[in-house]
Amino acid sequence: MTLTNEIVKQKLIEKFGDQLTNWEEPYSFLTFTAPKDLNIKVLQFLYDDETLKFRFLTDLTAVHYPDRKGEEIAVVYHLHNLEDNVRLRFKVYTDEEKTEVFTATALYETANWLERETYDFLGVHFIGHPNLKRIMNVEEMDYFPLRKQYPLEDQTRHDKDDEMFGRGGSIF
Amino acid sequence: MSDYSQHISLPKGSLETQTTTLNLGPTHPATHGVFQNIIELDGERIVSAEQTVGYIHRAFEKIAERRPLYQITVLTDRLNYCSAPLNNMGWHMTCEKLLGIKTPKRVDYLRVIIMELSRITDHLICNSIVGVDSGAFTGFLYVMQYRELVYEIYEEICGARLTTNMGRIGGFERNFNDIVWQKLDKFLVEFPKAWKEFEDLFMRNRIFMDRLIGTGAISAERALNYGFTGPNLRAAGVDYDVRVHTPYSSYEDFEFTIPVGTTGDNYDRFLVRGQEVWQSISIIKQAYEKVKQFKGAEAEVYHADAPEYYLPEKELVYTTIESLIWHFKIVMGESDIPKGEVYHSVEGANGELGFYLISDGGRTPYRLHFRRPSFIYYQAFSELIKGNMLSDAIMTMSSLNLIAGELDA
Repeated sequence: MTLTNEIVKQKLIEKFGDQLTNWEEPYSFLTFTAPKDLNIKVLQFLYDDETLKFRFLTDLTAVHYPDRKGEEIAVVYHLHNLEDNVRLRFKVYTDEEKTEVFTATALYETANWLERETYDFLGVHFIGHPNLKRIMNVEEMDYFPLRKQYPLEDQTRHDKDDEMFGRGGSIF
Repeated sequence: MSDYSQHISLPKGSLETQTTTLNLGPTHPATHGVFQNIIELDGERIVSAEQTVGYIHRAFEKIAERRPLYQITVLTDRLNYCSAPLNNMGWHMTCEKLLGIKTPKRVDYLRVIIMELSRITDHLICNSIVGVDSGAFTGFLYVMQYRELVYEIYEEICGARLTTNMGRIGGFERNFNDIVWQKLDKFLVEFPKAWKEFEDLFMRNRIFMDRLIGTGAISAERALNYGFTGPNLRAAGVDYDVRVHTPYSSYEDFEFTIPVGTTGDNYDRFLVRGQEVWQSISIIKQAYEKVKQFKGAEAEVYHADAPEYYLPEKELVYTTIESLIWHFKIVMGESDIPKGEVYHSVEGANGELGFYLISDGGRTPYRLHFRRPSFIYYQAFSELIKGNMLSDAIMTMSSLNLIAGELDA
């Protein structure tokens, strides 16, 4: 029996019930959202289960949504079952003020630097990480550059306001 | 930063009275790239190592949030610059996936030719540098002339050599001209001979084998846990290849094998890369045959029909109003990207090169994350070299094919 997104979804719902939400399949890539306290439980279950066997962490990153109050930061995990060749993605949302998320380093060595990178750029604090410090930027930096409040361009330039890029009105 | 004046305890039976701290890099010639390693040595044996990265970090992910899709191609060039077209095509395919553009078969095959050529250039650099680092310079100079030939092919297609910015969303900027095919013919005749000679020079060379076998080894299980992909994972014995697992650009139409190693040491990595070059040559030949079979109007197709994202021909821009409008819309970055979330990965020369693109319906990506294979597997470096000699660390570094540009993004 080949593993399909449908089976993965069923298995997860069986285990976690309606705690997992926002089921989607954009471009046939199974995606869902988990509560942030459950992230390691979900990862562990996906790793251990004999049918699921998601034992390869492809990618770990985060996205900043300043408009989602109370859950501004989404930590995104991309997992891969190499045997059956099925991928899935799941997200946990966290407050930008209090960004504590459990680390996945106990399960995956891959997560070590990826979590450091995520911390470096978006300020997600991974609880239990063995060496959570900046990786790309200098250690003296006091902000998290990939958060949306830090603009890329010089603030005095108006030719590159958001409205030039198709979103929102200008500040004037 | 930990305090390096506090030396760690020596292994049992060591002749030394204290460990030596050696700062290797960031600009040491043997690291060829900006890598810093702080190594604790017991005599010449490595007790522990700590890597520092980020010396050439250029904030690509942030920059990409303010650029229309086609302007991000130049950023991907500067990831793994030894195989820039591969990154370009990976990015274009990600965009096409998001935009729902279906490329014609001929475009897919042309892309396969270019992607495999760049895989060859990447692997030949890596393998010949392994030679250089072990003291054999000849092989490097010998195969380098074929990289030059490939760069001339790139030049004919897109005008650039190293950071190519090749292709467009939907295909290529122009059809391959006769010189491309002539040079490709020349490459396919001459390069296999050179590669054979190169392998003869190294593969069964006793000194070379002694330097490489058993050093920098990793088990399949650890390699997977560390997120290894590409030749480095396959050298450990796992036959994971994105081209086979999730075929893109019509890779399913080609016959090829995935070479795998067993021990995951430097020698196996060298052999796997060497074999992959042979597979790539075979894929290029197959693709060449397939391209030749297109007749008539089909043989002139080199891009998909995607007027919103594919720049129209210059002549049409000057003569028709529609093309002029499209031209300006594209150049000014005024085409809205549909809302969506897409992950697309290609088999880069170092492993799975992934693009995670989120669009909120604006004209630029809302968030773009690059899964850079060498960033992920460089984590394992300290584990790989622990217990080896210092000179083995240099070999391990070159056989892993670390590219600072890709690593630091």
